[in-house]
Amino acid sequence: MDHHLLSIITFMPSFAALILAVFLRGNDEAASRNAKWLALITTSVTFLISLFILFDFDPSDTGFQFVDEATWIMGLKYRMGVDGISILFVMLTTFMMPLVIAASWNVTTRVKEYMIAFLLLETLMLGVFMALDMVLFYLFFEAGLIPMFLIIGIWGGANRIYASFKFFLYTFLGSVLMLVAMVAMYADAGTTCIGGCEVSLLTHTFASQTFSIAGITVVGGLQTMLFLAFFASFAVKMPMWPVHTWLPDAHVQAPTAGSVVLAAILLKMGGYGFLRFSLPMFPVGSDVVAPLVLWMSAIAIVYTSLVALVQEDMKKLIAYSSVAHMGFVTMGIFTFNQQGLDGAIFQMVSHGFISAALFLCVGVIYDRMHTREIDAYGGLVNRMPAYALVFMFFTMANVGLPGTSGFVGEFLTLMGIFQVNTWVAAVATTGVILSAAYALWLYRRVVMGDLIKESLRTITDMSSRERWIFAPLVAMTLLLGVYPALVLDIIGPSVSALVASHDTAMEAAGAAVQTASE
Amino acid sequence: MESIILFAPLVGALICGFGWKLIGEKPAQWVATGLLFLSALLSWVVFFSFDGVTEQIPLMRWIESGSLSTDWAIRMDRLTAIMLIVITTVSSLVHLYSFGYMAHDDNFKDSEPYRARFFAYLSFFTFAMLMLVTANNLIQMFFGWEGVGVASYLLIGFYYKKPSANAAAIKAFVVNRVGDFGFALGIFGLFYLTDSVRFDDIFAAAPDLAERTVHFLWADWNAANLIAFLLFVGAMGKSAQLFLHTWLPDAMEGPTPVSALIHAATMVTAGVFLVCRMSPLMEFAPEAMTFVTVIGATTAFVAATIGLVQTDIKRVIAYSTMSQLGYMFVAAGVGMYSAAMFHLLTHAFFKALLFLGAGSVIHGMHHEQNMNNYGGLRKKIPYTFWAMMIGTLAITGVGIPLTHIGFAGFLSKDAIIESAYGAGSMYGFWLLVVAAAMTSFYSWRLMFLTFFGTARGDKHTHEHAHESPMVMLVPLGVLSLGAVFSGMVFYNGFFGHAEYVGKFYGIPMTEMAAADETKVEGAEDGQSATATGEAHGDEAHGEETDHGPSFAGNPGDGALYFAPDNTVLEDAHAVHWLVKVSPFIAMLSGLIMAMWFYIWSPTLPARLAANQRPLYLFLLNKWYFDEIYNVIFVKPASAIGRFFWKRGDGNVIDGSLNGIAMGIIPFLTRLAGRAQSGYIFTYAFAMVIGIAVLITWMTMSGGAN
Repeated sequence: MDHHLLSIITFMPSFAALILAVFLRGNDEAASRNAKWLALITTSVTFLISLFILFDFDPSDTGFQFVDEATWIMGLKYRMGVDGISILFVMLTTFMMPLVIAASWNVTTRVKEYMIAFLLLETLMLGVFMALDMVLFYLFFEAGLIPMFLIIGIWGGANRIYASFKFFLYTFLGSVLMLVAMVAMYADAGTTCIGGCEVSLLTHTFASQTFSIAGITVVGGLQTMLFLAFFASFAVKMPMWPVHTWLPDAHVQAPTAGSVVLAAILLKMGGYGFLRFSLPMFPVGSDVVAPLVLWMSAIAIVYTSLVALVQEDMKKLIAYSSVAHMGFVTMGIFTFNQQGLDGAIFQMVSHGFISAALFLCVGVIYDRMHTREIDAYGGLVNRMPAYALVFMFFTMANVGLPGTSGFVGEFLTLMGIFQVNTWVAAVATTGVILSAAYALWLYRRVVMGDLIKESLRTITDMSSRERWIFAPLVAMTLLLGVYPALVLDIIGPSVSALVASHDTAMEAAGAAVQTASE
Repeated sequence: MESIILFAPLVGALICGFGWKLIGEKPAQWVATGLLFLSALLSWVVFFSFDGVTEQIPLMRWIESGSLSTDWAIRMDRLTAIMLIVITTVSSLVHLYSFGYMAHDDNFKDSEPYRARFFAYLSFFTFAMLMLVTANNLIQMFFGWEGVGVASYLLIGFYYKKPSANAAAIKAFVVNRVGDFGFALGIFGLFYLTDSVRFDDIFAAAPDLAERTVHFLWADWNAANLIAFLLFVGAMGKSAQLFLHTWLPDAMEGPTPVSALIHAATMVTAGVFLVCRMSPLMEFAPEAMTFVTVIGATTAFVAATIGLVQTDIKRVIAYSTMSQLGYMFVAAGVGMYSAAMFHLLTHAFFKALLFLGAGSVIHGMHHEQNMNNYGGLRKKIPYTFWAMMIGTLAITGVGIPLTHIGFAGFLSKDAIIESAYGAGSMYGFWLLVVAAAMTSFYSWRLMFLTFFGTARGDKHTHEHAHESPMVMLVPLGVLSLGAVFSGMVFYNGFFGHAEYVGKFYGIPMTEMAAADETKVEGAEDGQSATATGEAHGDEAHGEETDHGPSFAGNPGDGALYFAPDNTVLEDAHAVHWLVKVSPFIAMLSGLIMAMWFYIWSPTLPARLAANQRPLYLFLLNKWYFDEIYNVIFVKPASAIGRFFWKRGDGNVIDGSLNGIAMGIIPFLTRLAGRAQSGYIFTYAFAMVIGIAVLITWMTMSGGAN
């Protein structure tokens, strides 16, 4: 297809950011208002254009579509494209950004810079999901940290420096390893093209012969090594237990909109990375490490759910709950079967809406009371019935109530894992009990009860701006819960192609091992 | 028509919940109630016009992933039809009743629009419950299953200002989730084994499952037994069976109409419905069935013992409900599913009647619930008294022994006890008979303490005790009719001769199969039809001499499945007459004991409680289940959570794993403090990125050359 829609939506936000940086002068109220409106309009238009891409997208074609190609500096290629797996993340990003901007309407400090940061962030996130060139992917992937780092560091809470550095160091240590792996991949395959080229990383078979180095036997050989290098980066981004501890701190210190982007989109980069790189490029390596990943996921679900149970800070609680939900994602991905993978992708999309809404719920009352302490609240339902309703809805979605999108992903991943390992399935399913406990316990302490605290006597219910932010999220959560085919139809063919290629690769590797032993 | 039955309550809930601001609170309530009555009317039409042939009505696509394919759909068979009338009838009456009961409430200011919210929740519950019973696959059933759980959570916590109500609501939801844990694993297992979650496919695969073994956790299990067991764990949670029952008594924190609808007549019977629905699988899972029987019988017994000493009128009825659910599980466990459904139906009428009657007493007594403060209310609230009397006669099982004439509970409960004996489950039989005596005792105790004797407690309250308004009495009247007649009217379909039961549930009979054989011969699949026909023919030949026709067909034909070797129905009919009168004797002994304790010698209970103090406390404290669970589950969970958080995340992960990385933070933070802004880090970061890009580029170009 010969148009540049993907590049247009990717760079439109940066273009708006550029306009803001160059032309917007002054720090008065009018300038702030202009910055907000420009950001809102840009992100909205971006979303509308991305809708065209979605409608034009052909799910039955499992290759890359809307491919946009150009030669870039120093012989590097600029290649963008989407397939059934990535398009939903693109849509999630463009859908969330206008809401994020609208949720930031009350920001008063450095509004212009704030909007620039978010607009740049959108470009970088979209780039990650569309890049079809390894170097390009790396750039987007790592550069995405910068705006987020700034958002936490400048507009964050009291302890923001510590949090932003923890965030940075954790994610950066992983990416160094990933970079080394990328160099090795280029050396082995001779291309940086991810897919759709004559020679591409997705079609290249990386060596999987077991070898020994310094007395250590590496089962799966190069593939396992490469897998682990990528794993270091993606696992932190997910985040998986035990490298999750940066997330609660980052969430607590980030401004509401920052938390929303972090939970809804940035956390999905790790999962997307697994689906785009680890699984299809290193099938043997994935298979070797899978049991470890499955157990880490199961532990994450139980461990972080238990930790969530005793939190005293609302954002921390929801952050731990996010880690648990991401546990379902990694578990689903490493089942290597259709239900597990469908469920994992669905869970990521669904978690995008639900966790975003939950952080926005915290934001609503944080804006009024300037505290995230659970104990500072209680009995809000008496003064804020609309808020109580919305919060209840997303609490239920968070615990995976059937009829909401939270159910479909969770249930499918569990269905997938049961076919692979019943122990992991049983342990992970206890998360269903624990999530109900911590989510309802939070809701009770914040919303239920009589309104006793003097400070809450005059708290007001949601404004119409706040209601309009929640409306699309409620609609999507319900829609995907009742009619999940909207998502499953799009990802289905691409996922089954992924599963098929994994199975073929495993068979080939098995045959190779057999001939070698003969 | 089925779609209207299903969605009318949802529409009612939405209009009532969101539209009351537009149309006013009262009209909103009427809309919800009107739609519910419409549903009820249509349900009865469907029930009577239903011909026994299973029908599938697809509505919309739902979850599709690879070989997993789930639709929103309605499965219409006899089981569904029974549940439809139970749910919509009780629900519409409870809606009506709530006009009176919820008219004034001390928990809310008059300005607070709690009434519309209440009706919206009730209607939503009804919708979810209907989804549960009309499902044609396990996942849709799970939707209804969790949906009623949420409705129950919302309604138990309806008085959200009361901490006890909030705690009870969470407890109900979480304990139910423990059951759902088993249910969900059962569904996963079935999908793994049969590649489908649709009932038709599962039923067809049931005989295979009996032959297969499956590895689950630490061992290999018989597939049918394992799945049946896991599904039953779900049923235990929803139906408050022993070990997962602790939420039900606490659920009485909700308004009384809720207790009648959700925690007596409908939701808590969902577990029984599940076991009956899965009868084609259960028939192939003998060990799991034994487990069902034992749990059911033990629950019936334990709950009855606790019911003996409770003083809160609603808690007595709650334990009674738990006990009666145990009866139903025994029936299902011994393979007499139709008797389980029979008791489910009659119990719905008389237990809803008892709860609404209790609600009427509570309403008249200004929300006093302690029976020690009642007494002598017979004259003050005569209609309520007579309604409660009918309910008590029904639950204790009053009737003429060795005939089919009696109150509803007489027929259905006796059917269960006879089935237990007929199936050879002596454990079930004896516990149920003893439980029947205790049922009679605590039911009459409730009546005597409330309506007889002299007024106790607050004088003022007694003086102002008043009969309830008409909107509350009419539902009591209608339910009374059910409590009197539903047993006699429906006896044949549920527990009559095999041919009636077979016809009622659409189960092929041996004679029909023989007739089919001649018809189908020569048709395309004549071969197999002949083969099965012959098999059934032999069987029929052997049995025709003394029993007449018996059940035949394959798993999934008809609403229930009875394996060829399941002869419980005939055996139950053939039990000794002493067995048949045993529940009647138990009922009489309970009645006499209650009269002795509470009419003839009213000081006796207190003396006995003092004499047998440990036993009394043991029962009063509900066998200490709550305390034990608190020590072994609740406390450790938060202790472990705290440990993981402070020690795991704090010391181990942040402390050591990243010790080096974190070590440089204080240094960098000092730098940050000097620079007074965060920008320096951006530079540092950009630099690192730059280096990274450079390295990449150099390697690339080097490699390319």
